[in-house]
Amino acid sequence: MQYLDDYRDSARIRTLTDAIDRATTRAWNIMEICGGQTHTIARYRIEEILPSAIRLLHGPGCPVCVTPVSTIDHAIAIARRPNVIFASFGDMMRVPGSQTDLLRVKAQGADVRLLYSPLDAVELAALHPNREVVFFAVGFETTAPVHLMALSEARRRALTNFSLLTSLFAVPPAIAMILDQPDNRIDGFLAAGHVCAVTGNAPCQRLSAKYHRPIIITGFEPVDILYGIYKCICQLEHHESRVENAYKRAVPEAGNPAAQQLMNDFLEPATREWRGLGAIPSSGFRLREAFAEFDAAQKFPLRETAPHAAIDTRCIAGEIMKGNRQVVDCPCFDTICTPTHPLGASMVSAEGVCAARHNYNQQ
Amino acid sequence: MSCALPFTDADCVLLEHGSGGRLSHRLISELFYPAFKNPLLQQEHDGCVFPVEAGRMAYTTDSFVVQPIFFPGGNIGDLAINGTVNDLACCGAVPMYLTAGFILEEGLPLADLQRIVETMSRSAAKANVHIVAGDTKVVERGKCDRIFINTGGIGTVPPNIDISPLRAAVGDAIICSGNIGVHGIAILSARESLGFETVLQSDTAPLNKMLSALLAQHEVHVLRDPTRGGVGTTLNEIARSAKVEMVLDEAALPIPETVRAASELLGIDPLFIASEGTVLVILPEKAAAEALSVLRQFPEGKNAAIIGRVTASGKASVQLKTGYGSHRIITMLNGDQLPRIC
Repeated sequence: MQYLDDYRDSARIRTLTDAIDRATTRAWNIMEICGGQTHTIARYRIEEILPSAIRLLHGPGCPVCVTPVSTIDHAIAIARRPNVIFASFGDMMRVPGSQTDLLRVKAQGADVRLLYSPLDAVELAALHPNREVVFFAVGFETTAPVHLMALSEARRRALTNFSLLTSLFAVPPAIAMILDQPDNRIDGFLAAGHVCAVTGNAPCQRLSAKYHRPIIITGFEPVDILYGIYKCICQLEHHESRVENAYKRAVPEAGNPAAQQLMNDFLEPATREWRGLGAIPSSGFRLREAFAEFDAAQKFPLRETAPHAAIDTRCIAGEIMKGNRQVVDCPCFDTICTPTHPLGASMVSAEGVCAARHNYNQQ
Repeated sequence: MSCALPFTDADCVLLEHGSGGRLSHRLISELFYPAFKNPLLQQEHDGCVFPVEAGRMAYTTDSFVVQPIFFPGGNIGDLAINGTVNDLACCGAVPMYLTAGFILEEGLPLADLQRIVETMSRSAAKANVHIVAGDTKVVERGKCDRIFINTGGIGTVPPNIDISPLRAAVGDAIICSGNIGVHGIAILSARESLGFETVLQSDTAPLNKMLSALLAQHEVHVLRDPTRGGVGTTLNEIARSAKVEMVLDEAALPIPETVRAASELLGIDPLFIASEGTVLVILPEKAAAEALSVLRQFPEGKNAAIIGRVTASGKASVQLKTGYGSHRIITMLNGDQLPRIC
């Protein structure tokens, strides 16, 4: 805990806010990309201790939030099959599909298990050879290698009753899409440290070079986030746009080659629909054709497609995640839209900005 | 206390144990009666008849479905006694009599049942209460998870004691009598699927003697044990009842290092983890320091700390003052805490 306490230390926090204060001469908009950072910002009320000239915008950094409703519906349909054990991380359990959610179908008799690791799902498959074990593999580049490690283990043990329902996203194409908007107002970015711990700095370098924005690779504790903001402000004030690593204790320059290799072996880029943002080319991954037998979407195709839930036009989650609008602009926030009845992506999981603000009672 | 005929591991609960016939009778006479032995129980009646004093009584009930039923530091039997005893004590009552209802799944080893019942007997003795009535039902395999226990409890409330969540008032101090989150993490670590082990043991304990000592010396406004939902939920409930604002001091919260570390790993907040051997005490601030020393005389109260204050009235809220001066709002949870994905 010593290790964490150092990054929540109030004296260090004050030193950094003072430094940010001194460095800031004009208004800047900074977007953090990771939902973990969004959560910390809301939990520790980082915005309250920053100069008012700095506005934080909250990007599409939560894979649970951006998983489309159609994928949740597919998960629910698979979970309802009589011979299936459907396993998932906890935060997908309450995410509503068009009709219901995984917790409710569990209550109705489906065998839905909450696991802490996809490797536990492999153990389940070994333990229940006559049943099909499906793991809901949701995530960015951060989590994808863990799912693939499970898949690799299932192959090694020749388990044919294990598969993944994937909802895997790549962050850089979504950021590029946001920056391609002609009227976007984002001056700089805090990149997700854990994504970079896998991918390395190169994807950020490409984005920074193309769009001329500072990108600071940032961690998840209050001191990390303030340090990232400080570095970003320093560059902006000096008209610089480089990639800087402010999370060196976790992110090596080249990332994690073993994880990259695993991703390259099993996955190929694919167009993905992001809830709230729509379809973005090459913004996600699918399993390569050679591993189709482990692809739950192919193994258990939807017999009939549920009618698409009408998108509530009052929800501005997409605009919030693109940095164009703020939670405060939304008339639905905390009135008709709550974590129990989310209208859109950013209210779906605790790491979406709307839910984080709801949970910490902040507009 | 000993059982006339100890059960072996091979013996297990059968549907007939709940049928009212010979096996039911044996279960009662060979397992429950020897363990819970007292004259009020052995009236061989449909219920228990006992004398009452004039004044006020407190009456409560609670059901216990913990999984796993045996965990580091205790078992479902400890919880069933301590939970109801503590609920009575938090009403300001002196707990006297408990009832115990058992729902057993067929196939439960009788040795396990015996171990649980013996634990209940020891916990009841420690809390100075008697189990005066009971019931047993057996359901088919798969219809319950090994054993569910309901306990009811009754106690007398001494004169001049008025404990109620409505009494939380501006100027009150909030004391937490013991460590936060220990029981919840001990249970989580015992669940098979978690795969990590901690050295934490559940701190489940009867708190009635400690609270009686406190109430004998100090005016207390609110008592509440932060079991389900933890300290965060419990304080929110009190704040809503009394319509008051509470401010907690993050640095003062008695959260052991192991609880903090396990919470970080699991992505959950210690303020919302169940605590068992801990009670929240709200009382006028001027008495807080002395109340703290009363609590600290008891082993269950050795980590007692003043964790916050009631600061305003009119609007219900619970805030946490962080070390660097910002205030975090502590709200009610939406359902159970579920671990985060990354």
